[in-house]
Amino acid sequence: MINKNLSGRKRVIILVFSIVAIVFVVKLFFLQVVDQSYKLSSQNNVLRYITQYPARGKIYDRNGILMVYNEAAFDLLVVPQQVKKMDTSAFCRLLDIDQEIFSERLHKAKSYSRYRPSVFLEQITKEDYGYIAEKLYQFPGFYFQARTLRHYPQPIAAHVLGDVGEVNRANIDKDSYYKTGDYIGKSGIERFYEKDMRGHKGLKIVMVDVYNREKGSFQDGRYDTMPVSGSDLIMGLDAELQAYGEALMQGKTGSVVAIEPATGEILSLITSPSFDPNLLVGRIRGENYNKLQHDSLKPLINRAISGSYPPGSTFKMVNALVALQSGAITENTRFSCQGKLSRPIRCTHDHNSPLALLEAMENSCNPYFWNTFRSTLNNPKFPNHKDAYDFWFKLLGNMGLGHPFNTDIPFELSGNIPSRDYYDKLYRGSWNALTVRSLSIGQGEILLTPLQLANLAAIFSNQGFYYPPHLIRAIKNDTSYHSPFTEKIETGIDAKHFEIVKQSMLDVFEGDHGTARYYKIDSIRAAGKTGTVQNPHGEDHSMFIAFAPYDEPQIAIAVVVENAGYGSTWAAPIASLMMEKYLKGCSTRKALEKRMMEANFHQKTKKP
Amino acid sequence: MIGAPNRIAKIDWISLVLYLSLMLIGWVMIYSAVYDEDHSNIFDLSQRYGKQLLWIVLALLLGFIVLLIDAKFFNALAIPIYILVMLMLVGVLLFGSTIAGSKSWFQIGGFAIQPAEFAKFATALALANYLGKLNRDMQKWQTQAIAFLIISLPALLILAQYDTGSAIVFGVFILVLYREGMSGAILVIGMIAAALFLITLYTDKYYVIIGLVVLFGLLLFFIKRNKSTILKLVSLLLIVSAFIFSVDYVFENVLEAHQKTRINVLLGLETDLMGAGYNVNQSKIAIGSGGLTGKGFLQGTQTKYNFVPEQSTDFIFCTVGEEYGFVGSTAVIVLYLMLFIRMILLAERQRSSFSRIYGYGITAVMFFHFAINIGMTIGLVPVIGIPLPFLSYGGSSLWAFSLMFFVFLKQDANRLNIL
Ligand SMILES: [Zn+2]
Repeated sequence: MINKNLSGRKRVIILVFSIVAIVFVVKLFFLQVVDQSYKLSSQNNVLRYITQYPARGKIYDRNGILMVYNEAAFDLLVVPQQVKKMDTSAFCRLLDIDQEIFSERLHKAKSYSRYRPSVFLEQITKEDYGYIAEKLYQFPGFYFQARTLRHYPQPIAAHVLGDVGEVNRANIDKDSYYKTGDYIGKSGIERFYEKDMRGHKGLKIVMVDVYNREKGSFQDGRYDTMPVSGSDLIMGLDAELQAYGEALMQGKTGSVVAIEPATGEILSLITSPSFDPNLLVGRIRGENYNKLQHDSLKPLINRAISGSYPPGSTFKMVNALVALQSGAITENTRFSCQGKLSRPIRCTHDHNSPLALLEAMENSCNPYFWNTFRSTLNNPKFPNHKDAYDFWFKLLGNMGLGHPFNTDIPFELSGNIPSRDYYDKLYRGSWNALTVRSLSIGQGEILLTPLQLANLAAIFSNQGFYYPPHLIRAIKNDTSYHSPFTEKIETGIDAKHFEIVKQSMLDVFEGDHGTARYYKIDSIRAAGKTGTVQNPHGEDHSMFIAFAPYDEPQIAIAVVVENAGYGSTWAAPIASLMMEKYLKGCSTRKALEKRMMEANFHQKTKKP
Repeated sequence: MIGAPNRIAKIDWISLVLYLSLMLIGWVMIYSAVYDEDHSNIFDLSQRYGKQLLWIVLALLLGFIVLLIDAKFFNALAIPIYILVMLMLVGVLLFGSTIAGSKSWFQIGGFAIQPAEFAKFATALALANYLGKLNRDMQKWQTQAIAFLIISLPALLILAQYDTGSAIVFGVFILVLYREGMSGAILVIGMIAAALFLITLYTDKYYVIIGLVVLFGLLLFFIKRNKSTILKLVSLLLIVSAFIFSVDYVFENVLEAHQKTRINVLLGLETDLMGAGYNVNQSKIAIGSGGLTGKGFLQGTQTKYNFVPEQSTDFIFCTVGEEYGFVGSTAVIVLYLMLFIRMILLAERQRSSFSRIYGYGITAVMFFHFAINIGMTIGLVPVIGIPLPFLSYGGSSLWAFSLMFFVFLKQDANRLNIL
């Protein structure tokens, strides 16, 4: 039998087992008996594990202006098991805290762990630290750990930069890197680039004697690890432009978004009202956060990416482009307009009739765009109007509408472009161009975010493509880094169709009847489009999209000012000033600038 | 009919006593490891030691039930059990919950169970069932292929759950194949392949190939040179080089970034400063500080200061080392060695091939866990998170190992009834 011959193999296997066991015993002998370095010199000495927090990455703007850096602060930690009998009242005086707070915090630390350190008092300033550290030897079990706090030289771009706060349970469960008390990016760039910016924690093990004095590092630092600093980020944002825009928007609710069309880099992302990012740092964070949360003007909302507005007239150009691309109209197609008598949508302007596309755009003629939209949906090229609607929906999606860009801006909303399914459900399958006619003039269910509006301006200026709008352009001192958001996206609309759209936008500044003709920028040709968004809850929203210079666009912009009335009164001048600031570095229209900065709609709306 | 008391009377008391001692040592160690002054009662069910006692009682109950079941049952149902567990492994991939980065748990209420733990048992059964059939010849390539299939299916499914540690365990079944007649050369070739694999990842592939070329050159210089040996050597060199390049290719191009990181951390190429590397350092300090006789019951300080949550699970051996020193750690190692040798002797005395192969299978799995786990805590083996049999905290692993053990005890108790 085979087995008889094989049973000898058991010896080989037993031999393998025994060799492993012998290796273990020998290794243990060296580790435990021969090597004396693991024995602590005295029973009273204890090891203290000090986490060495790395410096979090700094953030610079596109011109190298520092926007976020770190300042030293110190946490006072306690290991309850090492706390000996001590003069608590002297201790409380030293820290300037109440006896109750002392016992409450010590109890909390004990209930977390007797052996592991927990934070007793957080974020003590450098000045207090020096004073307290001198006397801390009297209080065994307590020691300092260096931390860093974020600091913002300029009180701007709070929403863009985001904030840093303590990790919560969910963060710890998700990533074992985090321990209780660690900081993590909660929003904005701090959140999205957390892994790049946080660096790597180090660990130092020191021996401490009964008098709370450090006796040097354990085993000559054999088990210590050095912290690794986080990466510094460079934004595409222009700090000066951002600050200027925030100043222009003060006292107003709304948003300004500017994009560099050739790269998709965001030049400014302004939401108003905003707040000083320094408010959300350190011990004052919790209280301030609470205050901001309860502010009736809702400064914590980032309207640039989560404000959703019906685009109004600015959307007519989108409809024109889809109609041109699908062949439903040409630029010479004429429709008639009966002015106020037009059905189903009336016209609010006086002009010639019938009229062609360029004139219709210049006059923002509602009947013309209703006819355009109807022709798009009833285009015989498609089997039925619903398939034509799908085509329309698809091209809008290609233009970044109805979905988030999913770049490095957390919590971005998608706006709303109703889908075919949505209408099928709403109207139980039976609907046509007439049913959804308000889409033709940018009203109804359509909602866009200011970021999408600015990107639309970028698409117009590029004549058909865009780069996803993103915040970070590079990592400092890391040439191998390439932003993952620099892939060119084609909208599927031919460049030639944009000529007429651009022409009409140029006329808004340059034409004799252009709605922004008073806000021309000296020696720079700009193109724009006004939108006045009807607001059933109050005064209309003022909206404007633009780009400049006309021939080599360097900035595309969208401005929304809530409850401000006509687009040409507030949004257009703000857009014009912003473009001038970016292209020329300063403004030549001080009076206009002053009027914009001083306009305050909050006092108007705030009164009960 | 034989009554229950009789059935139990025939079991092997030596291995049972060894099993019980290890389990009780584990319980006391868990008590030390997570000791908390406010909950100092060792029976406190809110603490890990209280829970472990509950798991132990349930494990013994499970064992008792196994002893009452007909011994033939396990051979007869080996394949269905195997299929069922494979389905559970697929199910866990689809519907499982992720705990500590591995998508390998079924969450039922507040209770998590890991099918991978039971896959080892099922694989041992299925392998024993397949190889135990009359007229199986391990020399035949078909037999080897099917045996490898039985072993690698669960390993791959577990690998897909990112539970690399548990997947590696299945490699140890090679020992069983070796015992059942597979050529010893395969063991040696396997080891060389593993060594080449590791060397390739540790160093540049070109250095490895240059080294091999030099080695083969020297060989050519010293051996008799004729056409056929030169041809053989050159083709061997080519095969080995191809292997090295394919390892490199798979690593660089097929694996995803996070998988690469896992392997790198596993190999110690990337240091996980606060994670795995940190645990090993702490573990060595704790064990090293134990000295010859240890600090005594509950006197260990390093294990308590430790930040790592695995103190009572994967790193339980630290507590043994710190509180009972070299003497205590050696004693535990000797207990394990005695248990393994005893089980091999029991396996060898079986009349049915099924029982023998099964016995070897589970002994090999337990040995592997023992070797990797203790090797890891004393820094001889990279950190692979697998529990120490019978000692580590946790219901799933304790029950799985107890189930394996009692099924074998039952087979052994019944061995004389098989003709
Ligand atoms: Zn009209």
